[in-house]
This record gives sequence, structure tokens and C-alpha cells, in this order.
Amino acid sequence: MKLSTLLAKFTLPFLGLICASAVSAQMTINGAGATFPYPIYSKWFDEYAKVDPSVRFNYQSIGSGGGQKQILAQTVDFGASDGPMSDDNLAKAPGKLLHIPTVAGADVVAYNLPGNPVLKLDPDAIAGVFLGQIKKWNDPKIAALNPGIKLPDQDIVVVHRSDGSGTTYIWTDYLSKISSEWKQKVGTNTSVNWPTGLGGKGNEGVAGQIKQTPGALGYVELIYAVQNKMPYADMKNASGEFMKASLESITAAMATAQIPDDFRFSMTNAPGKDAYPIAGATWLLVYEQQKDPMKGKKLVEFLKWAMKDGEKMARDLQYAPLPEKVQERVLKRVDEIKY
Amino acid sequence: MPAIERTAANEMAPPSRFGDKAFEWLTLAMAMAVVALVFLVGWQLARGSSLAIQKFGFHFLATSTWDPVAEQFGALPFIYGTVVSSLIGVIIAVPLSIATAVYLTELAPLWIRQPLVSLIEMLAAIPSVILGLWGIFVMIPWLRDYPFPLLKKMFGWTPLFRGPIYGVSMLAGGIIIAIMILPIITSVSREILRSVPNLQREAAYALGATRWEVTRIAVLSYARKGLFGAVILGLGRALGETMAVTMVIGNTPQIVASLFAPGYTLASVIANEFTEATTDLYLQSLFEIGLVLFGITILANLVAQLLLKTIGTKMATRAVQ
Repeated sequence: MKLSTLLAKFTLPFLGLICASAVSAQMTINGAGATFPYPIYSKWFDEYAKVDPSVRFNYQSIGSGGGQKQILAQTVDFGASDGPMSDDNLAKAPGKLLHIPTVAGADVVAYNLPGNPVLKLDPDAIAGVFLGQIKKWNDPKIAALNPGIKLPDQDIVVVHRSDGSGTTYIWTDYLSKISSEWKQKVGTNTSVNWPTGLGGKGNEGVAGQIKQTPGALGYVELIYAVQNKMPYADMKNASGEFMKASLESITAAMATAQIPDDFRFSMTNAPGKDAYPIAGATWLLVYEQQKDPMKGKKLVEFLKWAMKDGEKMARDLQYAPLPEKVQERVLKRVDEIKY
Repeated sequence: MPAIERTAANEMAPPSRFGDKAFEWLTLAMAMAVVALVFLVGWQLARGSSLAIQKFGFHFLATSTWDPVAEQFGALPFIYGTVVSSLIGVIIAVPLSIATAVYLTELAPLWIRQPLVSLIEMLAAIPSVILGLWGIFVMIPWLRDYPFPLLKKMFGWTPLFRGPIYGVSMLAGGIIIAIMILPIITSVSREILRSVPNLQREAAYALGATRWEVTRIAVLSYARKGLFGAVILGLGRALGETMAVTMVIGNTPQIVASLFAPGYTLASVIANEFTEATTDLYLQSLFEIGLVLFGITILANLVAQLLLKTIGTKMATRAVQ
């Protein structure tokens, strides 16, 4: 609690400055948090300015940790996070905090091999590589999945994110689900104590290192692999199908994932036949009881718009939209926000 | 008339004392503000990390596990990485920059000096993150393919150059640091060498010294103290370099003798993990990392002051002899 007020002290003057400059013209709703959804959120805020010119949104992409701290300290009107909040952190909230899922993304396994073949990988193989037990590319566990592809007798250079990130959260969440050894030794978090591998900063850092290092393997967000034209592996999902990561297979994963009423769900290793197994959602964090009735009203209007119209813009920016059923559930929850 | 006015002005000297005093107070206040700022930073860092200090105590400095999931935090590999990468940087940069400074002040033809100086200063203006990207895409592949295998071939028998070569490594981090501190050491050294009185040089020449002897005896020896100061300035920057180092050092918290192995620095772990740290203990441990870095920087400066004093006395005794 002390620390959150400390953080608030650092950021308040800054936010104050922003408020002061905008207050004369129109109402400003402030938010802060996750960096992963920043491109789509800024697109939404831009478009929404045309729908309702009386309100302006200001979003600082300072990271999920900062987003959670700031919404707990009530220095922003909404927070954003790539991982659901822990029970411990939720208990610190002065009121009931709601998780509003917005869009989803996927981690893909990218690599650097001669000829860049499209590999097939399964949970056993990928967990083995990241636990440091599978060290060579021509290991029988990888070779058995890829008959017909000539794998070199070369060391696998594992690359992971060095900075705390939602991408790592999804990745470690997946590994914890498919490997009890990983769960026990390492666990799930935005950064972990890696058993093996090199750390690259940011998706671009990891992608760069994979591209530069022959024999490298690592995980990056889908869009980075697509943009960098890197090959990425088809992953064996929970029903035994090899799936390519795509916006469709991510949405399919969300459609079959178990989603509880508080929307704090994990969609890795989802059971669906068409589901890509290493995917995760991102959330907005808002209080159920809004303090400022005017801002609360505007925020609810925006959230409804985001679910109805905003979701349609997701694909263009390489985010997977929520399945319609989930959208309906979220809309219902948004209706319960009081102001 | 002018003469009278001048005496009048002299008699009126006392009133202007107030201005002097005010100026003294003002500058004193400014100087104290800097001191206060240093203490405030230290105090704030200590306050921000109280929970971690209580929980881990001395173990924080002496253990090597950094596990955000189990909330076990030890800073030793980061301390090691910071010290080693900075030392590599300084070892590479110091001979290069002092040689450059000597060339620029003593030997270079006049027409080439200014362009060279501007180029070196331009190097200082390259943003850290750009240098890091260049490191990933240009320097690392080159290091991995040419100099590193050569080093391994020649010095593979020492523990320093063993093991697999990934490119990203402690050595690569040190080299990036060297590039980043080169401009500052060079320009400060150049200013110092320029301030060596020409009488020194002329005296040496008069004694029949060669150009090299003049540089060594009359210039470098005279400027030794100042050059040392320049190196310390460089070291100070090296300890805190963050972005570019993070991008090429490999970010693996481990203590390995081989310079080909990846490492991690104090500044890098803060930059990497601060934004996404959600629990209090985690965040406070990162604050404590900051405190440790702050402490190391101060310690390095204190040691430098001490060394400077011994150099000073040595020179004094030599002068007497």
C-alpha cells in the first residue's frame, strides 16, 4: 500500500499536467497499463473521438504492473493489464474491480534453421527445450514430429524475453499447464527464473536475436514473426491437432476456454479442435462503483462502443477479437457498472 | 574629473558587499541543493526497498537466485555483471581515448583536428537504443563470426575465453560500453592535454627530447591526475549504461568466468522488469537493486578520490626529488 502511494506520488504531477491542459476543452478520462494492446486502444480512442467529441481518452502504456498499481491507487480512471490480477492485489482494491477482456494475441515459436522449414512441435518437445533437457535440433523428440525435414546436429540456442511482459506471462502459463516439472520448478509470471537461454529485450530484441543466431529458437508475439517474415512452428493443441497461429485459431481458443464470471481466465491449451494453444487475452480494469458519475457514464458508453464497434477494428491491427458469445457476456457485465 | 570619480567609487566599495554576500549565499544554496539531491535519492531508494532489506538482509548481496515467481531475490550476478562489463569497457576505452586525445593535441595536422573532434563528439550524441540496435544487427554477428573464434583459438586455454559463442555476451556488453564512454574520456582528456602549458613542452624539447619523450615526460606525466579523472568520469557512465548494454549482454543472471557467456547488469534488470513488477516485494527488490547500483557508483568515486590523492603525493615527491 505504501509503495502504491509512492508510485502515485511520482505519477500524479504528470497526470495532473495532462488533466490541466485538457480540462478547459472537454472531459478527459485517464488510463494506464499494458503495452501489448496500446496500438488498438489508441485506434479506439481516436475513432471514439468522432463518435463522442465531448470526451477524450488519455492512455499511458507504462506496463501492466504500473496499470495495476495505478488503478489500485485510483490515480487513473481505468487500468489495463495483460495478465489477470492476483487475488492478493485485488484484495488491496478500495472497491470491487472488474476485469473487462478486450482482445487477444498469441505467442509463436520462431526459429532460425537452414532453409527455414515449417516445423511441428508438441508440448513435450517445447517444454523439454525450455527446461534445457532437449539440447540438439536433431533430438529424437523433435525429429519424430518432423519426418521428412532434415534437422541439423546443432545446439538449440533458446531465446526468451528479458523484460517483464504479458507475452512471457502467456508463455509460462502455457508451459505450466503442459509440464508439471515446469510448473514446479519455474511457474507462471511476467518474468521468471529461466532454466536456460539468452534474454532479449522486447519482442524486437528476441526476434532480432533469433534472426541473427543460427540454431536459435524463441517465442514472440504473432505479429512480430509475421512482420519479420520468420517461420513459426505449428503447435499441437489439447485435442491433438497441429494448429498454425492465426487470428481465427486464437478466437477459436477463446471460444472454448473456460471463462469464469469475473473474466479472470487463461486460454492457453484450450480444448477446442481449432484452437491455437499459446494465446492470451488482455484486460481493462475498472471499478464497479464509479466515483465520478459523469466520467462513469462516459466510460460505460465507451466500453459498450468498444465491444460493439471497436472489436471490428481488431483484425486490421492483428489482434484477435473476442468471440460473439464472450462479447455478449462482457456487455452484460459493463451494464452492471454503477455511477 | 575621472580621477575623482574613481576615488569615490573606491570609497563606495562597502555597500556592494551585500551583493557579494547574496551571491555567496545563492551559490551556496545551489551547491547544497546538489548535495541534498544525492542524499534524497539515496534516502528514497532505501525507503522504497525497506521491505526487501528487512526480508533478505545481507543475503540480497550474497545470493544468486532471482526468481520473481517464488519471490526469492539475490543481486550477486547483477553486481558481478555490472562491475565486469564496466571494467571491460574501461580497459578497452582508456588506451583508445587517451591515444586519440594525444594524437589530437600533440601530433595531428591542424586541418584534421576539428573534423575529428566533431566526429568523436557525434559518437556521444548517438542515442543508446540506436547503438543497441546496431549492436544486435551489426556488431554481434560480426563479433560472433570473426573476432570471437579468433580469441577462442588464441586464448581458449584461459578460462576467460571458453565455452559456446552466442555473440551476445559479457564481452559484447563491455565493447558497447567502451564505444559509449570513448567520446567522454576522449574529449575530457583532450581538454586536459590542451591545458598543459607549452612551457613544459618547450623545456623538454630544449633538453633534446624526441617527440615521444616530450609527450611521455612533459605532457602525459604532467596531466596524469586529470587523465585519471577523465577515466573515472568514463567509469561512472559505464556503471550506469543501460539500454544498449541490455540489448547485447544476453540478460542471464549468472556468474561465469568466460566472457563469451551472457551476463546481466544492475541497470538492465531494473529497466527490464520494473514496468511489469506487480507484487510489493518484487518491486522493492528492484528498488534495492537501484540502491546497490547507487552504492557501487559512490564507492567507485570514493576509491577514485583516494587513488587520485596517492597519485598526487607521488607526483609531489617526484617533483621534490
